[in-house]
Amino acid sequence: MLAVIPMSNDVMAEIQHDYLFNLVLKGERADGRSFDEFREITIETNVIDTADGSALVTLGTTQVLVGVKVQPGEPFPDTPDVGVIITNAELIPMASPEFEAGPPREGAIEIARVVDRGIRESKSIDLKKLCVTEGEKVWIIFIDIHILDNGGNILDAASIGAIAALLTTTLPGARYDEGEDMPLPVRDIPVAITTVEFGGELLLDPSLDEGKIAGTSLTVITNSDGSISGMQKSGTDPLTTDQIIRIVDMAKTAAEEIRTKFLEV
Amino acid sequence: MSERPERFIIDGKRLDGRSFDELRPIKIELSPLDRADGSCYLEWGRNKVMAAVYGPRELHPRHRQNMTRAVMQFRYNMASFSVDDRIRPGHNRRSIEISKVSREAFEPVVFTKFFPKTAIDVFVEVLRADAGTRTAGINAASLALADAGIPMRSLVSACAVGKVDGEIVLDLMKEEDNYGEADVPVAMTVGEEITLLQMDGHLTPKEFYKALELAKSGCRQVYGLQRQALVEKYNKDYSVDEDDARSDAGGDSDE
Repeated sequence: MLAVIPMSNDVMAEIQHDYLFNLVLKGERADGRSFDEFREITIETNVIDTADGSALVTLGTTQVLVGVKVQPGEPFPDTPDVGVIITNAELIPMASPEFEAGPPREGAIEIARVVDRGIRESKSIDLKKLCVTEGEKVWIIFIDIHILDNGGNILDAASIGAIAALLTTTLPGARYDEGEDMPLPVRDIPVAITTVEFGGELLLDPSLDEGKIAGTSLTVITNSDGSISGMQKSGTDPLTTDQIIRIVDMAKTAAEEIRTKFLEV
Repeated sequence: MSERPERFIIDGKRLDGRSFDELRPIKIELSPLDRADGSCYLEWGRNKVMAAVYGPRELHPRHRQNMTRAVMQFRYNMASFSVDDRIRPGHNRRSIEISKVSREAFEPVVFTKFFPKTAIDVFVEVLRADAGTRTAGINAASLALADAGIPMRSLVSACAVGKVDGEIVLDLMKEEDNYGEADVPVAMTVGEEITLLQMDGHLTPKEFYKALELAKSGCRQVYGLQRQALVEKYNKDYSVDEDDARSDAGGDSDE
């Protein structure tokens, strides 16, 4: 409970910055992790039975709920024979004192678009198989990302949640008189991994404070075969080529571990 | 959406086997969220709701501040995947109305005068809906407020009653809510002051009085569960104090 605001957020950020910076110089992180270590992850699937697929992901204290809904609809005119994916993220004010109600702003839009990019570009979902009648009717996959608790790095939690939810998604044929229910055809498991640059060091899976203080982050989405299907640099500081290569390597290793631990079908 | 059942009551039992005055099972988890000042996750039948409280905190924009008391803000929101047909994310007329009456259900119990110029924010997210989400949200919000340490005169407990097949029944399930003859959500304090009352459908005054009494009995049951959840959580956290308290009491009796 915050009855009095003791110091401005700017002052707090400055103190926090110095504290974390000095830790990094000693090779340490505030929560005791090594630089390339993820926080504890749990994934619970099929948590919402009104959704066609769902997953609750916790990453440290971060909690993200992803629900997938599938409905028949019209294809886009320029792609009449493929299904449609629509990804939406909400940074609801429940999740953080910094989030405000209202239509998605740039932070939420970026998260939704990066998660969407990973799934789309990895060709994880065979969109051709989602065509019912060419030019008239295709399956539309709505991926809705609900951030419940922002403990940092919500992007990776959202990405893991999205693919975990898709892996449990059923195409509801029976509900719409379009044949039998069948599992959504998922061919690949893209996983987004975010690394921040801070004090010249690279820190995997930034905590809330690390994320706030770091000048820049790079999210790399890798697939089962190690190929890359999406990247997003975010933040104001530049990265060197060498740093980028190291980040890609770290992301690949971390994604592999998460995939084998949690997401193999 | 499910079909209208031919009958709602068979051999004195409802569709899910409950008697007329029986609640659906309720499960409560306190403080599931890390960042919120107080939070509560509540399952009620197949409803799943999360409530979070922030505050008292600075209120922006400043012209909305009240110099004599805290401003309560309540946001009820449904996840797009919480119902059968996906709903568009964000506020709509229904959620704005529910937010308003839910906020007003709490205004009489919260000591807002203790915190002038601040805001007390309550957020309710319906993650899975199955009739009675506003009452579920109020019950969860009540506990989230307590969990945040907000001073209150009383917890608020809520429950709906309705009418199906001519019978007044407690705590409507989905089919009863969709196709029943009336729906009366009620919220009240421990002292049985009603802080929320809505009704739609068709009832005679006599039926309404009966419904209100039944709703109150439901609220009393809910209150018991809310109280139990708080006692369990905060007894566990401060179990050391219990021993201290006992030895203190012993000391007093010696004097």
